[in-house]
Amino acid sequence: MSCCAPGEARLEFEAPTVAREEILLASRDLGDGTRQTDLSVPGVHCGACIAAVEKTLSALDGVTGARVNLSTRRVAVRWRPLDGNVPDMVGALARIGYPAHLQSFEADRTDPQLSRLIKALALSGFCAMNIMLLSVSVWFGADGGTRQAFHIISAVLALPAVIYAGGIFYASAWNALRHGRTNMDVPIAIGVTLAFGLSLYDTAQGAEHAYFDAATTLLFFLLIGRTLDHLMREKARSAVVGLARLVPAGATLVEKDGTRRYVALPAIESGALLFVAPGDRIPVDGVVETGRSDLDRSLVSGESAPDTASPGSGVQAGLMNLTGPLTIRATARAEDSFLTEMVRLMEAAEGGRARYRRLADRAAALYSPVVHTIAALSFAGWFLATRDWHQSVTVAISVLIITCPCALGLAVPIVQVMAARRLFERGVMVKDGAGLERLAEIDAVLFDKTGVLTLGRPRVANAGEIARSAWPIAVALAAGSRHPAARAIAAAGGAGGADVVFDEVREIPGLGVEGRARGKLYRLGRSAWALGGDAGEGSPEGGSVVVLAGDGARLATFAIEDRVRPGASEMMHRLRQAGLPVEILSGDRAVAVQGLASQLEIDRAAGDLLPSDKLARIRELADAGRKVLMVGDGLNDAPALAAAYVSMAPATAADIGRNAADFVFLHEDLSAVSTAFDIARKAKVLVRENFTLAVAYNALAVPVAVGGLVTPLVAAVAMSLSSVLVVANAMRLHSGRLRPGSAARPDEGRRAPVQPQTATVAGR
Amino acid sequence: MNYLVVLIPVALLLGLAGLAAFLWSLRSGQYEDLDGAAERVLLDDDDKPYR
Repeated sequence: MSCCAPGEARLEFEAPTVAREEILLASRDLGDGTRQTDLSVPGVHCGACIAAVEKTLSALDGVTGARVNLSTRRVAVRWRPLDGNVPDMVGALARIGYPAHLQSFEADRTDPQLSRLIKALALSGFCAMNIMLLSVSVWFGADGGTRQAFHIISAVLALPAVIYAGGIFYASAWNALRHGRTNMDVPIAIGVTLAFGLSLYDTAQGAEHAYFDAATTLLFFLLIGRTLDHLMREKARSAVVGLARLVPAGATLVEKDGTRRYVALPAIESGALLFVAPGDRIPVDGVVETGRSDLDRSLVSGESAPDTASPGSGVQAGLMNLTGPLTIRATARAEDSFLTEMVRLMEAAEGGRARYRRLADRAAALYSPVVHTIAALSFAGWFLATRDWHQSVTVAISVLIITCPCALGLAVPIVQVMAARRLFERGVMVKDGAGLERLAEIDAVLFDKTGVLTLGRPRVANAGEIARSAWPIAVALAAGSRHPAARAIAAAGGAGGADVVFDEVREIPGLGVEGRARGKLYRLGRSAWALGGDAGEGSPEGGSVVVLAGDGARLATFAIEDRVRPGASEMMHRLRQAGLPVEILSGDRAVAVQGLASQLEIDRAAGDLLPSDKLARIRELADAGRKVLMVGDGLNDAPALAAAYVSMAPATAADIGRNAADFVFLHEDLSAVSTAFDIARKAKVLVRENFTLAVAYNALAVPVAVGGLVTPLVAAVAMSLSSVLVVANAMRLHSGRLRPGSAARPDEGRRAPVQPQTATVAGR
Repeated sequence: MNYLVVLIPVALLLGLAGLAAFLWSLRSGQYEDLDGAAERVLLDDDDKPYR
């Protein structure tokens, strides 16, 4: 490890091995033979890391340049294939202690929407400031030719702002109106257009007042809110996209003549023969042709104990091959695989969320008719009273401007941005502001078991009872295996196995590991096999007991169990305090589910569930009017995550699950769930306060405006003041007290002193 | 009045120059990695962001 790689870098799973061919598939051609590959390197923290990563990569043959982006924790590598060879970038980074994984380049394209927003913000800011300067001199008594000249300059400045910056609001308002709805942008579009049009007319008439300043300042303020909102979602999205992809982009195809070739997933036809090395995931659904191995199903079905695969057994896409090489015959194309079946279920399931209307839009649905009616009424009233249509239109416009949904437009996004930032610091990514609104409303919580309540990484439960003499043997045997039980034993034993030297270590998939040392045959694995065919006592709980035997005599019995995530019971306590009923929905065996449920004091727990069963349970609750938070990680949870009112997934979840969830939490600690809930509720309170502030301001200002007493100066000051008030109120979320959750982890690496580059590279 | 004929265009041109500078810096990728820029000042390499 380098000086500062630990910390956030250690996401709680291993990055999958990346085939060099996969790098080639995921790279993009820059022309003249150079290719660019984007890698996500979560361990980059400081200047020294940048130097180490860039130097290491640049030193590789074929690499022409490497550039780290510290904000997104990514590195762009430019390289040329040398004799068709791809430089081993991932391997080189792993050797200096920075695990890296491939980034699909679609994810890295710069976001056109964001650059449009920023350019609009810059333009409207420039126009608004200059128009405001001119307006101030008009308010302070410029008259005659000067005033007229200033109005004309203002009109020229306002035109591009209204067309370019206002275009964003016009497009959105038109889109809503076309579908028979209203949103926040409708009153904005009408207000801006009317103000601009009347000001043009007034300028042409040489009148005393023009409202160009109001129209452009309104656009500027609203764009600030909108850009912040977009930035927040973009940040969370790129953080989520930056997590390792768990499904490979390609697979090793075995040709008829036995040669192997790496091909992209969509190119795999049904009937193709594929090679799956230990440590790889099964690319498509298929049937095992040759080889034996153990398969980790935890991400696919939620079962915690690995399963044995032998010739003839069917395998699903997404399973992790643990112990032995397998050759499988594909029975489905990639797009017809299990994974795709889940996507179809998900698409069918999305509904509760699509029906949800954002708070701001619901407010606008109430707000815009009221405002438009008041404006229309005051126009009619003034026209009847004075018969002066120009005066009446002026009053109507000042009503529209003073009630400008500026504060309303900022009320929601600013709070959500603050809440998302707060959560971001605690390792929770908010993918959509609407998710925060929905999270505050939940009245039931459903959990998946494996990988969510538990870590999905087993450990030795009875380490204290194992004979000291047995440890070195067990650790030495377990060291070479990828089986989770073996890893647990190796981890529990530490570095104790160094002094035992085995002549030959063989891993027998489905059974265990065996090796010879000093003429004795040692076996570590299933008890029946390890004890030499003495099948008298079958292991009571499948794979959860591992026996170490020497020449058939039992030396030790390891009880392997999955670990509950830290913070789980604290979170349960806090959810119960909030009065939320909790349930477990798991695809794992019912016995294991019940055990965990009683440990965490959860009343309702169901095991052996299929993905459709989980979906059915969520539908049942939704039909009963419940708003459900689903926390899940596996492929089998993805439809449920999509169907739930709001959903969360850990960073270790399958890609599709992470994409379906509204929130993704990065740390092991489960208290992230209750923290997110607390912050969402707090945000809801603040949004309410902001709405109240905005409405109170309007209630004060509207009568004055209807009375025709508002000058442009007063309107502009009042408008800005209400916006500032709303923003200041939202800031309280950042400084406000929230109990110091243990999920908060200081970002220790970031402040690490920068060391000389050479020392960093050498002193890892 | 006469001084305004000079000063207003000058003010607007300066503002436009600022706007153009901002758009240029945006386009040349200077806001892509703000955290990295803070650290890179300590590195010896003379480099530019990738586009």
